[in-house]
Amino acid sequence: MLTLLGLGLLALAVLAGLGAAGLGRRLVPLGAAAVAAVLGAVAVATLALGPVEEAVLALGPPWGPARVALDALSAWFLLVLAVVALPAALFAAATGPSSRAEAAAFPLFLAAMVLVLLAADAFTLLLGFEVMSLASWALVAARHPAGRGRRAARLYFGFAAFSGLCLIAGFALLSAPGMGFSEMRAAPPEGWRGTLALVLILLGAGSKAGLLPFHLWLPLAHPAAATPVSALMSGAMVKIALYVLVRALFDLAGVAQPGWWGAPLVVLGAATALWGAIRANVETDIKAILACSTLENVGLITLALGLALVFRGADLAPLAALALSAALLHTLVHAGFKGLLFLVAGAVAEQAGSRDPDRLGGLIHRMPWVAGLAMLGAASAAALPPFSGFASEWLVLQALIQSWRVAELPVQLLSAAALVTAGMALALAAAAMLRFVGLVFLGRPRTPRAAGALDASGLMRAALVVAGAVCAALALLAAPALGLAGGIVTGLLGEGAAPPISGLDLILGEAGARYAPWAVTALLAGLTLALWYGLHRKGAPEPRRGPAWDCGFMPPPADLPFGDPLTQPSAAGAAQPIRRALGRLALAQRETHHPATPGSTVPARLRVEARDHGFVALLWPLGRLRRLAGHQAERLRGLPLSAYLALALGTLVLLLALLAWGAVA
Amino acid sequence: MTGPGDIAYDVAHLLGGAMLLVGFVMLGQRRIGALIAALAAQGVLLALAAFWQGHVQAAPQLYLTGLIALLAKGIAIPLVLHRLAGELPPPLRTEAPGRMGAGLVLGVGLVGLAMLVVVPATTGAGALARVDLSMALSILLLGALMMVTRRSALAHVAGLLTIENGLILAAVGVAGMPLVVELSAGGLVLVVALIAGVFARQMRERFASLDPGVLDRHRGEGR
Repeated sequence: MLTLLGLGLLALAVLAGLGAAGLGRRLVPLGAAAVAAVLGAVAVATLALGPVEEAVLALGPPWGPARVALDALSAWFLLVLAVVALPAALFAAATGPSSRAEAAAFPLFLAAMVLVLLAADAFTLLLGFEVMSLASWALVAARHPAGRGRRAARLYFGFAAFSGLCLIAGFALLSAPGMGFSEMRAAPPEGWRGTLALVLILLGAGSKAGLLPFHLWLPLAHPAAATPVSALMSGAMVKIALYVLVRALFDLAGVAQPGWWGAPLVVLGAATALWGAIRANVETDIKAILACSTLENVGLITLALGLALVFRGADLAPLAALALSAALLHTLVHAGFKGLLFLVAGAVAEQAGSRDPDRLGGLIHRMPWVAGLAMLGAASAAALPPFSGFASEWLVLQALIQSWRVAELPVQLLSAAALVTAGMALALAAAAMLRFVGLVFLGRPRTPRAAGALDASGLMRAALVVAGAVCAALALLAAPALGLAGGIVTGLLGEGAAPPISGLDLILGEAGARYAPWAVTALLAGLTLALWYGLHRKGAPEPRRGPAWDCGFMPPPADLPFGDPLTQPSAAGAAQPIRRALGRLALAQRETHHPATPGSTVPARLRVEARDHGFVALLWPLGRLRRLAGHQAERLRGLPLSAYLALALGTLVLLLALLAWGAVA
Repeated sequence: MTGPGDIAYDVAHLLGGAMLLVGFVMLGQRRIGALIAALAAQGVLLALAAFWQGHVQAAPQLYLTGLIALLAKGIAIPLVLHRLAGELPPPLRTEAPGRMGAGLVLGVGLVGLAMLVVVPATTGAGALARVDLSMALSILLLGALMMVTRRSALAHVAGLLTIENGLILAAVGVAGMPLVVELSAGGLVLVVALIAGVFARQMRERFASLDPGVLDRHRGEGR
């Protein structure tokens, strides 16, 4: 297995070289797709057959060779990666890279993520993580030599550097007994060292996964990349960050950590979920909507992970297994539908020429394949039964509902609040998906370009169909998929724990609630068929097309054959109710009215400026701090000569004093 | 094993201690002429220390080191500096009073720090090497302190040479230090002293002062 994966990594490196040389515009992404397929197969085989033992490589840093292993946890996230990477690479082959830098960075990005998952020592893990950050930054920056995209790339780079630093510090604390995972497991951190490690890992992995308050870069950077890269970043890269979180907090820190370790995860997860869901409802770029929905899903996964930690600390192994299974399943399911949705958005942008819903609309007539698959993905993201998002989010909510079994009152209060927040986030996410589908695919085209769009064909359609097939399969086979994760649950929570499954059903205990995807599907399909059959048997009259009600406006003028765009709700208009009701939770907004003067024919206008609170509360103070520090550092240049000498001597004396103190201690 | 009471240890200790004492003399000396004389004395003491180590360790290359130290530090550089100082107008031959007492106290603190660092760090090494190293580090720190507290460019040169004396003392105290290290360090300090001398002369001719503080106004950056 490891040999196969090593060959895969080698192939990706060769592909990166080819891409850098400008060769094989189609070959490079197709090769990446082949590697992704192999990765998926290896992951499933490992999950089914058992983990691969640790192997020591003959290369690495001077203080120790690199070690690789593939246990159940790594294999699960490898599967998550493959689920996104295969259709994304196919899509990349359909569109082709825009530059040599992009062609080279794409396989490198994939290889780095694989390396993170394979690593069995801290150094290799961090190396992979940093290469992943750099490659993804390069993929964003290569597309935008200047302007907003470049600023987003810079912001992303800043957050990635912060996350890398925190992770390095966190793993330095964990790896006191040795760099290898097995040595870390043998001597988990205790007391203040453990707490500090928790904080640092949470900051590092959390800012990469987009947890509050380090989420600012995500809705800007993910849409700025090329479509396959957006899909990979949103579907897979944030999961790699979550993998690091799980690996460090569940596995390396040992099972004896206190239950309150889960509390910050629960709080941050719930807040991020709500925040992302609100923002997904007000964005006016289809890829940004999807990126914000990623925030919501990452929040839900983190919430479930935190619950699992709380339950584990309270010795409630079955409930911990439930919460952990929910997190793992949602990780996989989200990878499936978010990859699909991003590819759909890319196909729309490619074929209809815009990512702005105000320039799209009515695409269901022109792009039936894309629209159908988009609805599949959106229904999954909205957690409608029997689609794939429902099973995992049902498990998350069940875990939250069951948390009254923890005796401590603070935990009960916290989880009740988290339940309310998560429920609200789920409803808002469904609303965001409705708005996405409604604005882009339903109604009438808002521009001639959208009216003349062509459906995805060839490789692009193949990519979408692959992603859609995965999404549909996960909807029906949620329980068998979760069964593959049994090794993780037992490995992290002890022998007694197992995923809450029974055959094809998800089940909570013997007498608890049960969700049978096949039954719900069959029931809904039967109802639909009966309805359809009944309507046709009864001989419903032929549908007649009439003029759409245009809010009392005049009929469309001759130069606007598709109707006046003003008669359809715009993206901002569809967002307005939720923005006004809940927007202020996440956004600082300002509305300015520009009423038409009496007698003039110009329309009245409503200008809305909305900005994430994070910019005002976090980023701007940080920027001011940086400027201040810069000014202070600038003063160092104006010192007299003797002060420089004193600085040098002072540093030397300080270091010597440190040495003497260390020798005494 | 050498230790107190052994002649090899005692003489090395005496010579190193004398160098340290001369270092304190330099730290407290305001007149440039006397400073240069003290520097020459330190150079001669360094040469003696090198000869003694060459005798004790039976390492003939240390005699060469001692000879270089004697010729360069004991005779040539002090002579050049003396000539430079002789060209100065009398008001520039002494420094303004002040800060000397605080400098001496700080120097004592630095010597204490050097002991604290070297003594635990060299457990297992011979007593001779330990004492030599701690003295060398003290002399080095005193030289650096002199560069910080003094305002005359010539005193800066003397401080730099004191640092270098400390380094050479450490090098000769450790058995097996290759000759090339000492030679290159000695050559380096000659070049540095040469440049510093030229620089000090230029400075006096342009600004009629040896205080490097006057250069602050002439940096090429807008302030």
